[in-house]
Amino acid sequence: MLRLLSRALLKGPLTEAAPAADPEGLAELARKLQGAAAARLGRSLAIREVDAGSCNGCELEIHALNNPIYDVERFGIRFVASPRHADVLLVTGPVTHNMAVALERTWRATPGPKWVVATGDCALDGGCFAGSYAVVGGVDKVVPVDLRIKGCPPRPRDILAGLLALLETAEGKR
Amino acid sequence: MPGQARDLRSFLTVAGARLAAAHRPWPRFTVDLAGWRRLAEALAGTETWALLDLWGEPEQVHAALLDEAANAVAVVSLACPDRHFPALSGARPAAVRLERAMRDLFALEADGAADKRAWLDHGKWPVGGEHAKAPYEYLPVEGEGLHVIPVGPVHAGIIEPGYFRFAASGETVVRLEERLGYVHKGIEGLMAGRPIAEAAKLAARVSGDSAVAHSLAFARAVEAALGTEAPARAHYLRALMAELERVANHLGDFGAICNDVSFPLIHAHCGAWRERVLRAADAAFGHRLMMDRVVPGGVARDIDPAAAPGIRALVLDLRHEVPRLASVYEEKASIQDRTVATGVVSPALVRRFAAGGFVGRGAGRAFDARRNAPYPPYDKLAFDVPVLAEGDVDARAWIRLREIEQSLGLIGQVLDALPEGPIALSLPAAAGEGAALVEGFRGEVFAWVRLDAEGRVARARPRDPSWLQWPLLEAAVRDNIVADFPVCNKSFNCSYSGHDL
Repeated sequence: MLRLLSRALLKGPLTEAAPAADPEGLAELARKLQGAAAARLGRSLAIREVDAGSCNGCELEIHALNNPIYDVERFGIRFVASPRHADVLLVTGPVTHNMAVALERTWRATPGPKWVVATGDCALDGGCFAGSYAVVGGVDKVVPVDLRIKGCPPRPRDILAGLLALLETAEGKR
Repeated sequence: MPGQARDLRSFLTVAGARLAAAHRPWPRFTVDLAGWRRLAEALAGTETWALLDLWGEPEQVHAALLDEAANAVAVVSLACPDRHFPALSGARPAAVRLERAMRDLFALEADGAADKRAWLDHGKWPVGGEHAKAPYEYLPVEGEGLHVIPVGPVHAGIIEPGYFRFAASGETVVRLEERLGYVHKGIEGLMAGRPIAEAAKLAARVSGDSAVAHSLAFARAVEAALGTEAPARAHYLRALMAELERVANHLGDFGAICNDVSFPLIHAHCGAWRERVLRAADAAFGHRLMMDRVVPGGVARDIDPAAAPGIRALVLDLRHEVPRLASVYEEKASIQDRTVATGVVSPALVRRFAAGGFVGRGAGRAFDARRNAPYPPYDKLAFDVPVLAEGDVDARAWIRLREIEQSLGLIGQVLDALPEGPIALSLPAAAGEGAALVEGFRGEVFAWVRLDAEGRVARARPRDPSWLQWPLLEAAVRDNIVADFPVCNKSFNCSYSGHDL
């Protein structure tokens, strides 16, 4: 283990520079947040991830944000265990009928001001699962959506860029 | 055992089974009600026939069986116009949830089934059955001082949704009951009637971590139905993708197991290595999870020649790194204390459920589809199938490490032997039925498909290995402390989406 630690120390951090905030996301948020209550986020964003029916592909890439290469916590972004601690719900998947109630309850349990980020093509409009008897559709069919991140699944950099846009916009609004 | 026939196919002949037309590569038999009953009896009397899958379609049920002694697969079908069939769950407990799902999806009634509760249908679908509308009845737990801990469906981590109900006596789990189905998307229904290419996209999204394995199983089933084989170069590229997927998932899960026993150092290293594997996959095939790269007929795109040296370098680095991670894992008492003898699932139970992957191979069941039901190019490649007997979290963790090493060897062999030539062939439009078994990182993926004459998917069935592993997690957690559930769960890492479909 000492070898592992000393090599890690000598080689320096693996963490890469951050991507720029997603310009499309910035524009979408600017529209959304007009007239909204001033956010008091500072540079801190607590995220509750909710899989509302995804294939797990999006979860894998969201997970990657926590690895040393993306190290999302350096931006003050962290994933929390309870919606009651969250500023943001990061929602994936086409919302299934079996998850719609759980998603809505999670949203209700999140204190305001709060944002919902629909992540991945399925979360936008149901993706390739749209039209099924078991699927309600995109996330906005169940809870209001503030930001959309495209991709199947979106790359970790794209998710990060979207979240940074949220952070910048929220900061500007304080 | 009736008929005294020990091997599956001669039993079926004795039981009056008739060969159904055009089913490849393994035969499909149709039986009458008496034949199906004899099958249920025979299954109760032998352990060497594994129930791979049990699925339905309107007015028909199918069982896929594996004769483990002869490595022979057969599909057995029963027409049931009255939507009733004799249950197999009395003989094979793995059939319990499969039968419940068949009732939810096709109103097929398993006569004699012990558990008739709804499973995938939570009473929320516009087209759901009446039986699912009543409040769900959890299994009763009786005893002094027991308390119930409900968890889910939204979990604390970044994971898929499902509901776990623990009955605990103090710290000790007396019973875990799972309730799944939350991410049921109706994949079988969506696939029916679609062109093959569209259905293949859905197959890639049955379980995102097994995009390659499910795509490959679907593709091979389609190719079998049409009586074709993908070109040689496609076989090797498919194997390259499948092994990259295996390495990425095993690295991620091994790290997560260590994280769940409060040893984040290995988790951090594994996370970085997993990222390197995904980037290598991205560079080679243009998608980090390699979704939609394996398609019926071959592969959708060739490897970027510039990416091959990067993969070789990664293999070399990982060959050095894996033993280092293993030695840290092995020498830390704080890890060993939590993983050894934790979450034990017995070899007997694993055999009864025919559980595959690291769950099976960590408890003495040596089945690996690449070896036992070989498909190209694995018949030409050298690799070992690591097996351990202990059945605990530690055994499953070691199987993953050993399999990473085997996969690294396979990746090298594939790159060395990659033949020139076309990467795909165009598929004829013809009717037929086919099945396939493919070894994903989690275990064997079974796929079955029926094509119509216009080249559309009439019906498809993707069966994730999780179906046969989820029930064993309930057994593994018993008598462990509640705090060890996360690491037990991670050591299984069953797919919710792959199970819920």
